Amino acid sequence: MPYDERLVGPMRAELTRLGITELKTVAEVDAKLGDPRGTQLLFVNSVCGCAAGAARPAMALALRHQVRPQALLTVFAGQDVDAAARARSYFADYQPSSPSIALLKDGEVVYFLHRYQIEGRGPDAIAADLKAAFDQHCTA
Amino acid sequence: MPGHVFHPGHEELHGITVVLNDPAGRTFVGRYHELGPRGVVLHDVAIHDPATTDLDRAEWLIRQRRFGVQVTQRLAVVPIADSQPIQRLADHG
Repeated sequence: MPYDERLVGPMRAELTRLGITELKTVAEVDAKLGDPRGTQLLFVNSVCGCAAGAARPAMALALRHQVRPQALLTVFAGQDVDAAARARSYFADYQPSSPSIALLKDGEVVYFLHRYQIEGRGPDAIAADLKAAFDQHCTA
Repeated sequence: MPGHVFHPGHEELHGITVVLNDPAGRTFVGRYHELGPRGVVLHDVAIHDPATTDLDRAEWLIRQRRFGVQVTQRLAVVPIADSQPIQRLADHG
């Protein structure tokens, strides 16, 4: 059951204010992930305070990096259920978990940060992993 | 509310995905909840049972790490020996 939007709204805003486009419908997901050109980052957002509470600030830190994916996208697991399921269908080999972060290049997953790699870590450490992935996969 | 944690007062491993082995030789990967009288309570659990799969345990763990935890049970209670170390999946391998 989705959480009250009054609780979730600030968690959405924590990403959208970074310039990350939130995809709330299947059509919005298909419009972005169905056009797999270049590098696309998809943040699967979550209300989980322990993991997502570190992952969102980590995302903010990582996006200060000079090298970044071309498209920055997010879906909210457990809230925008259909959109999240559709987004996950674009990387169906990967088990659903949230929060998680997928980096795709021309439609192929080149990096995946699972929830288990987020749990118990601080934003700085998570951001370091993301920046390393950006350096590896998002340069021309 | 960046950095906010909703579960204060729990054990250090609460909410962390760990790897455990039971006396029957099965391997469990799941999110640690607590250590109870019957064992470790895990949520969202993947289980490797050598009696029912040909997949080598090490290979199975590699898959869990690469593609994520293949959850087959929402809850499991895993009896463990006192001496068994509890390892984070993130630190495994």
